Amino acid sequence: MPLLDIAGLTVTFGTDEHAFVAVDDVDLALDEGAIVGVVGESGSGKSVTALALLGLVDFPGRVSAHRMTFAGRDLRAMTEQSRRALIGKDIAMIFQDPLASLDPCYTVAYQLMEALAAHGTPGERRSRHLRRSRALELLQQVEIPDAAARMRAFPHQLSGGMAQRVMIAMAIACEPRVLIADEPTTALDVTVQAQVLDLLLRLQEQRGMALILITHDLAVVAETAQRVVVMYAGQQVETGPLPEIFAAPKHPYTQALLAALPENNDERARLQAIPGVVPGLHDRPTGCLLSPRCRYALDRCHRDMPPLDGPPERKVRCHFPLDAEGRPTGGWNREKAAEVAASMPS
Amino acid sequence: MADGAVRDVAASPIPGPWSELWRAYAQSRGALIGLFLVLALILLAIFADVVSPHPPNEQYREFTLTPPMWQQGGTPRFVLGTDPVGRDMLSRLIHGTRLSLVIGVISVAISLSLGIVLGLAAGFFRGLTETVIMRVMDVMLALPSLLLAIAVVAILGPGLANAMYAIAIVLLPHYVRLMRAAVIAESGREYVTSSRIAGAGTLRLMFATILPNCAAPLIVQATLGFSSAILDAAALGFLGLGAQPPTPEWGSMLASALEFIQRAPWVVTFPGLAILITVLAFNLMGDGLRDALDPRLKR
Repeated sequence: MPLLDIAGLTVTFGTDEHAFVAVDDVDLALDEGAIVGVVGESGSGKSVTALALLGLVDFPGRVSAHRMTFAGRDLRAMTEQSRRALIGKDIAMIFQDPLASLDPCYTVAYQLMEALAAHGTPGERRSRHLRRSRALELLQQVEIPDAAARMRAFPHQLSGGMAQRVMIAMAIACEPRVLIADEPTTALDVTVQAQVLDLLLRLQEQRGMALILITHDLAVVAETAQRVVVMYAGQQVETGPLPEIFAAPKHPYTQALLAALPENNDERARLQAIPGVVPGLHDRPTGCLLSPRCRYALDRCHRDMPPLDGPPERKVRCHFPLDAEGRPTGGWNREKAAEVAASMPS
Repeated sequence: MADGAVRDVAASPIPGPWSELWRAYAQSRGALIGLFLVLALILLAIFADVVSPHPPNEQYREFTLTPPMWQQGGTPRFVLGTDPVGRDMLSRLIHGTRLSLVIGVISVAISLSLGIVLGLAAGFFRGLTETVIMRVMDVMLALPSLLLAIAVVAILGPGLANAMYAIAIVLLPHYVRLMRAAVIAESGREYVTSSRIAGAGTLRLMFATILPNCAAPLIVQATLGFSSAILDAAALGFLGLGAQPPTPEWGSMLASALEFIQRAPWVVTFPGLAILITVLAFNLMGDGLRDALDPRLKR
């Protein structure tokens, strides 16, 4: 059984008449020690998914799911108290902007020790001295130079990379079994990004944590994850194991994301961007949500929402999934479609 | 940026929060003058019994309305002259400092603590709680502050303690509004979410996570509120609703000497000057603190 098992997770905002579905029927299964990448553009519902599974979506947001279990315990049926004891200890999370995620009023040492006091071992909860030495040890583990001096620092006295290391130290302080990293390197310099990512992966391996890596950086995912979930406008559009999913994407969106990578483009040519933006509250198309931006879209795509289909290992939400050569299948034929459209009485 | 990189490598000692605050505060000359005056007033208040040459309520009947020592007819025995019943002005002013500071401390403390709790509740829970609290505060703000204070004193009865409660009530809406705005701004920040993810409960979020981050505007408002508390107390004393004679309160000293303004201007001038200097000192200090604490004004 997977460590974290979620099926049919849906998050809606707004009233019943004007509901906005931020996360739509998302399934996620995470095995102990596994790395799952969640990719998609801004506004795809990646972060809301993470917050929802920690139970942190506030009114007026509503969360529902068919199944939501962690290590066999039902997250939906949990009391507020036991949920709070669980998150932060067994499930930890780090955020995109490390400097904003540290409380500006307290020192690094104080914040680390606070986490240990709340969720640490019984010994750590009792002894302040033990907490302090453990906090220092954690800072050394995340490779902060001159850790002893940094203990007394306030967040504004840290650089971005150092602040993210402190965040990681706080997250791993209580030996979590799942770490959710929400765009952990986006706000950092390119050189620091690689270091922080290396650190994260090394810690993941040492401790056997499961890692959910939320990012829009496909290169990062390609190097690290075992499975990938591609999200678009709150829906999963494709899931599958690496490297298959990137070698032979079945969904036009995955294909377009990969095509937009600079590595996959001719040096002189313009980057192949995906036209348009993720649909928001008021411009949700009928049919497939990608249809206005999809280069293969036919009438059927504009009319019917495709289901998430396929074997559990490799699901795709498309009427005409792509084949190994990147061509649409399932009877896709633009000329024929055009003929049909022309012959229809207008 | 180069500075930051060098510091990272060399790990020079990190400046503590107090030394950083002091450096920002000391940049303004006015703030330093304000701080100096406030410290002087506090010392005067503490050592009033030692410093003042006479007991504040001792009446020297043969010396009524003696002018200050540098005027004709003045005597070095009464440096700032005497009042209509022969009490030493300087001693009364010094003891008045003690009263004014106590009034400031108590009324600001009452309204600050109430204001923090109400503002936190309004900003954190939003919804009906917020509406009820803020509308009541709006009603209080709609009344002129002195009028409201007079109304409260009229209900509670005149006296120094009741004047302080009245002033606390008058000051309250400012703290509540300030606190609510700060809480709303802070609770959307990521560190609040990350604190929730670490498992913090509602009370802990409110008082340990959000409150300290709202402290800067509150400290500034409290310092400035101090001066308006002193001013309002003097006004209530002047109207006979605050401290009662023979208490050496500056406002009631003004009131009791009003009829002598033509014949003996010093009995009115010096209490007025004392009020002016105290209020100015606290305002200068408050401005300096705002410059030092407000991140928007930081370079």
